[in-house]
Order: sequence, then structure tokens, then C-alpha cells
Amino acid sequence: MKTVEEIKASIEAAVPGAGVEIVQNPGPAAQHSLLLTAEKAVEVAQFLRDDAELALDFLSNVTGVDWLDKEITEKVKVTRTVAKTVDGVEQQVEETVEEPRKRVEPGRLEVVYHLYSMSKKHGPVILRMRTGNRTDRVELPSMTPIWRAAEFQEREIFDLFGVVFDGHPDLRRILMWDEFKDHPMRRDYVEPDDYDYEPTPHDEVLAKAKAHQEKLAGTAQAAEGDAAR
Amino acid sequence: MAVDEQLKIEMGKQGVFVTTLQELYNWGRRSSIWPMQFGLACCAIEMIATTMARYDLARFGAEVFRPSPRQADMMIISGTVTKKMAPQVVRLYNQMAEPRYVIAMGACAISGGPFKQGYNVLKGIDRYIPVDVHIPGCPPRPEALLEAFMALQKKIDAQPLTGEGRPRHLDAEAPGEFPVPEQGAHDLEPAANKSVWTVPVVIR
Amino acid sequence: MSPVSFKLAEMESWNRPPVVEPHGEGELLEIAMGPHHPSTHGVFRMDLALDGERVVKLKPVFGYLHRNHEKLGEGHSYLASMPFTDRLDYFCSLTNNWAYALAVEKLAAQDVPERAEYLRVILAELTRFQNHASAIGFLLQEMGASGTPLMYAFREREKILDLFEALTGARMMCNYMRFGGCRVDASEDWLKQTRKVVAGLPAFVDEFEAFLQTNEIVMARCQGMGILRPELAVNAGVTGPMLRATGVNYDLRKVDRYGIYDRFKFRVPLGEHGDIYDRYMVRMLEMRESIGILEQALKDVPGGPVMDPKAKIRNFRPKVGEAYGRIEAPKGELGFYLISDGTGNPYRYRVRPPSLINLTVLEDMCLGQNVADVVLIFGSVDIVLGEVDR
Repeated sequence: MKTVEEIKASIEAAVPGAGVEIVQNPGPAAQHSLLLTAEKAVEVAQFLRDDAELALDFLSNVTGVDWLDKEITEKVKVTRTVAKTVDGVEQQVEETVEEPRKRVEPGRLEVVYHLYSMSKKHGPVILRMRTGNRTDRVELPSMTPIWRAAEFQEREIFDLFGVVFDGHPDLRRILMWDEFKDHPMRRDYVEPDDYDYEPTPHDEVLAKAKAHQEKLAGTAQAAEGDAAR
Repeated sequence: MAVDEQLKIEMGKQGVFVTTLQELYNWGRRSSIWPMQFGLACCAIEMIATTMARYDLARFGAEVFRPSPRQADMMIISGTVTKKMAPQVVRLYNQMAEPRYVIAMGACAISGGPFKQGYNVLKGIDRYIPVDVHIPGCPPRPEALLEAFMALQKKIDAQPLTGEGRPRHLDAEAPGEFPVPEQGAHDLEPAANKSVWTVPVVIR
Repeated sequence: MSPVSFKLAEMESWNRPPVVEPHGEGELLEIAMGPHHPSTHGVFRMDLALDGERVVKLKPVFGYLHRNHEKLGEGHSYLASMPFTDRLDYFCSLTNNWAYALAVEKLAAQDVPERAEYLRVILAELTRFQNHASAIGFLLQEMGASGTPLMYAFREREKILDLFEALTGARMMCNYMRFGGCRVDASEDWLKQTRKVVAGLPAFVDEFEAFLQTNEIVMARCQGMGILRPELAVNAGVTGPMLRATGVNYDLRKVDRYGIYDRFKFRVPLGEHGDIYDRYMVRMLEMRESIGILEQALKDVPGGPVMDPKAKIRNFRPKVGEAYGRIEAPKGELGFYLISDGTGNPYRYRVRPPSLINLTVLEDMCLGQNVADVVLIFGSVDIVLGEVDR
């Protein structure tokens, strides 16, 4: 089977302006992946499926991944003017110092597709797509018109992560009920507070149960205060 | 009215059988408990295994699994009750005719079990409906389910027909319908039926 | 707002379910079949629209057993997710264990000693056998043979569960495999007992076949029903016996040759028509092939450790990276996709459930059929809700 670099070259030859990038996998599995742009993803996918040599006719797995905003602390060299006393005279001197700077890498949602070929019996080729952010730019093109296997899996990602797939024929919640508002697989999901009865709490659960008890005590006190008034 | 045990045995030796209406009535009830054919998760497979040849639930008069709640006497909550499923379970329970009994089979039905911390898992079905027998285990072995059956039979046997502790179908005051929880924006509403379940006090 | 500016290419008509027009002028009857229905294998629901008895629309509804497996997996260490995998497809806990162990071993470049590989193959094939036997039993239950065929299947299943219990300590939730081997070693006695049980399995298959293969009702209700075309099956990601019943030769034991499957001689049974009968036959023949693999594997189980001595149990932290591992589970391709961020918990833990994806084509197979056959077609897919909803 072709390497990721070769696949990238053939995609670029077939789909002009595809803008495919290679995402390295540093782990020992070394399953590198191709990052697609939302604009050209469907065209690239169609090429991968219909190309005689690659023939990636089988979409095995579709995964959503949530990447939170990441705060990166790095040292930046800064030149500044400082007032210093040199030889008894006050002077303005320039000096270079390393200063820690904090920069926030914006979070995003990512969708990963694992492709195999049933006719050629090779694989996997891994595709990735990324949304603009985690709140209002969460649209990505759907792969369901190319591979029907994506139908339920993309619905699941819409349900649990909140990625909106443009062109999906039937985009509804699949696992949770329709009235449900949250996207529970996101890493900042806040679960409903039902820690009223924890017979053997420990670690995280203990903290949550304690917080629940304190909240209960707080509301009871407030009610008492109201009654007194 | 109680019968003197010694007298009963003596008369039995003479070929005269004496019993009370209560004993006869409860004997009939406990020997033909028809469970509802209702599986939720992993425990349902052990429930099926219990009805199969090796464990043979038929010995207890309970092999007739009814698909309809209207014809069933007992509901085995065999597996994880999710928040999406909980309203349906309560509705099915409401559709059963009195006298009705519930066995909560397995850790999930009792408390949520290993999946307790999940966002869609109900922490025990006894938050919404009354449960008669709890069986721990993940999943409980078929022998444990048989044990639960026997426990339930003992419970039925001991129920008086009048006064305190009589079965619900003989008590006009007893509630027949249990409120079905609504699926809200974040969680089930209400999170528990307060008339059935109160927060247990943990003594450590 | 939307960054996506492409115009969606025309939807390819063959990969969507066809539109079935009602015959008469009467109203359509809408039925919610499930989540409590004796033939839905648990808590599955189908929303049907019927024209008389004919199905004109079918929409599956999931989530009644959504136990948040993936979310819990992200909150646990790698090893702590192993017992949860037992509860995915609760008929086949050992193949689930294997799929997860395989994915983590890929992620951490972990070797497995030979004896452990043999034990894994033996346990996986026993699992496949009891799963297929039960699946056929349930299929016949759906056909109206209430109880009896299932009792035959469960009689055999109990024998195999006894072996699981003797080795792993549990009948169903075995929690047996570890990253780099297996939890405990099998004794000589256990192997002897397994050989004895395996020697009795062909007689069971013969008996089962004699009762069912040419049974008039089985043939009348299964042949030509619920046909699935191979192109659609491949495109919809259908795997396992259901795919092979359409004639596509794709068995991961041959394709990926994971574990030590390249050492055994076995054939991949293929169907021709893609109907219920072919699915049933493929399962029947796979049971025979499993017995063949078991006999070969039990003949020469090597000695040695069952756990790689270099394997790390405590404080297991794979390097940053990701891996997708998959095996041929009895129901189809079971995959695990893991992303490691270098900590003790996986950053992302994803299960590729064969049962869910095999249901993609349920509507296509059922449209135009009678509602009584929907039950059969659904039964022939062989799903377990624990895996569908996770």
C-alpha cells in the first residue's frame, strides 16, 4: 500500500487545491493521518473511494475528539529599557530578558475517519477534519453521501459532541432524547447534580457528594432565613 | 384465624386437611408467579439462562414469561436502567395489574452499578417504583435469581389478607399509578419519586 | 457563519433506502415497536409505518441502553476499562477483551507471549461458537419455535461457560486479558476438559443441522427474505457473518492475521444471496470452522509464561500517540480507537461497535416486506444492545 506521503501527492494531483496536510502520530503505532479542509473534504473522499489503486471502499470508524482551549506557557525574549545606576550616574540601559508569556491555543472539535479497502484488503488510511472552534463554527461536511457507514456514527458525534454535519440526510440525536440540551462527551460537560446518596464515596465522588451536601445545607439555611423574616 | 399446628398434623394423619383461606390464597399466588418477558441488559441473558434446561425456573411455577405487562405478576428489572429507559419502565409497571412484584436484578438495577457515574444512568430503579427483592451481582448467577424467587415466595406467603402489611390489591388506599418522570433538558424530572424513595441514612 | 462553501454532490441514490409507495388509499399505520418488545433483543425500538402489513418506513431508535461507556473510559485508567469492555457485547466478553488489549498493545508496542496467544485463540473461538449457537437459537425463537432450539443452544453454551468460569472465575464477565498477555494461566486439567468439550461440539452441530437445515418452515421464511446486496453492504460498513453472507470475502482473521491466526488452517464461509438463510448458514459453517481451529490450537499449546514479564501493570502510561486496533468479533469488526496524551487515562476512548453499524441497512432490508418478517430480518442481524448503545 502507498505511504501517507504518496497518498497526499496523489490527492493533490487529482483534486487541485485540496490543501491536505499530514498529521504525524508520534506513538509506536505510527498510524499517520491526513488533515482535510472542510471545503474540499467531500471531493477528496470521493477520490479516495473511487481511485482504482486506493479503492478505500470501507469506512470502518468515525470518531469525534474534543480538544479544549490549551494554555501554553512559553518563554519569550523581550528587550526593554531599564533605569540603572552605572558608575554613580543614572542611565537608561537596554537589556534582554526572558519573560514567561501565556498564550491560549483555541480549542476545536475534530472528527477522525478510519478507511480500509475491502477489495484490495489494505488500510488504514486516516482522515481528520477540524472545526473552527467549539461554539459557533462547528459545521463540517458529512461523509454519509460517500460512505453510508458514517450515517449513525456522524449522528452520534452530532449528539455527543455537537459537530453539525452539512449534507447529512437525517441529522437528529441518536443516543440521548430529543429534549436533551447538552453534548455530554465534551470534556467540559457538567453532569446533573445527583449526589444525594453515595454509600461509598471516594476521591472525586467524595468531593462532589460533599459539595452537594453543602449546597443542600445552604438552601435549607436560606429557607429558614426567609421564614424568620 | 390461626390453626393449631399440632392439631393440623394430627388431623392430617387421619386424612383430614385443614387450612386457612389466607394460606390457600397465598399458596396459589406464590406458586404461579408469571414474570414479564422484559430484558434490559447483561442480566437478561442470565435471566434467560435461568429459564433454560440447567437451572429450570419452571420448578417454581414461573416459567410462563408474558410479553404483555397486563398478564404479568412480576417484573424482573434485569439490567441497567438508563434515564432514557426509566419512563418506559415506570409506564410498564403502571400497566401491570395488582398484585405485582418487582425484583431488581443486578448491581445496575439496584444502584447504577459500575455505570453509576454515567450521565445517562439511573442510580437505582427504586427511585421511581417500589422494589420487593434486590439481588446483588454483576450479573447475579442464575442460582441467585432462584434464591430471589424463593425470597419473594416467602414474602408472599407471609402477607396477611387484612390489616397492616396486606398486599396492595386488597388495600383501597394504596397507590395504583406511579408518576412517570419527564425527560428534561439536562436530567429526568423529578430526579426521584419522593413518596417511594427517600435518601437512605448511611451509618459508617 | 458556515465555513463550508461546497455544494453537496448529488446524493447517490443506491446508497439510500428506496422510497416505497403505499398501495391503497387507506391510512398508514404507525407503530413504535419496542423498546419493550419480546423480539427486539433488549431495548431496541423501531418506528414503523405500515400499509396494511407491508412496511413502508422503518426508523431505528437507539439509546435505551446508552451506558456512557466511552465517557467512563476517559475517566478511568487503561486497565480499569477492561471490565467495562466485558459489558459491551455481553455474549462475547472475551473477544471484547481481546480487541481492547490488542488496541492498547498497539498503542504501547507491547508483545504477547506465545502461550497467551494460544489461550486467546482458544477462548475467542469458544466465544464465537457459543455466540453463533445462541444467535441461531434466538432466530428460531423469532420464527415461532418458542424455547426448544434455544434450549439446545444454551445447553451447549452452559458447557462453554463452565470452561470460562473454571479459567477466569466468571461465567459472563470474564475480564481475562491484560495488556501483554492473560491474567491467569490455564492448568493442564482445564486444557483436558476443553478438549473433551470441543470433542462433543461437532455432534451438537450435526444435530442442530439435521433439525433445521431442511426444515420446511425455516426454508419458507428465510430464503429470499431480507436480501442485502454486496455493494450496499460494503458501502454501509457491514461486517461479520452478515457481510460474508452477501458473498464478500472479508474476514479479519485472514486479512489482518492478528494474533496467531496465520498458523491455523480454516476456510471463510461465504453466502451467495445475502438473505436470512445465507446468514444462518454462514453462522452454522463458521461454527464448524471454529471447531477446526480449536482442535488445531488445543493440539499444541506451548509452555511458558502467559504474561510478558516486561509488561507494566501499575502506573501504565503509554507514550503520546494514537492507535486503532480491530479484531473479527463474532458479530463483525470490533475496533478500539485510543488517543493517549501521556497520562494514565486515555484522552479519547472509542469503540467501533459492529452491532450498531450493521443496523445501518436494516431499513433497506425491511422495506416492502411484511411486518412479521421484520422480526426475523432483525433477528438475523444478530445484535446485542450493550454494544449498539454502549
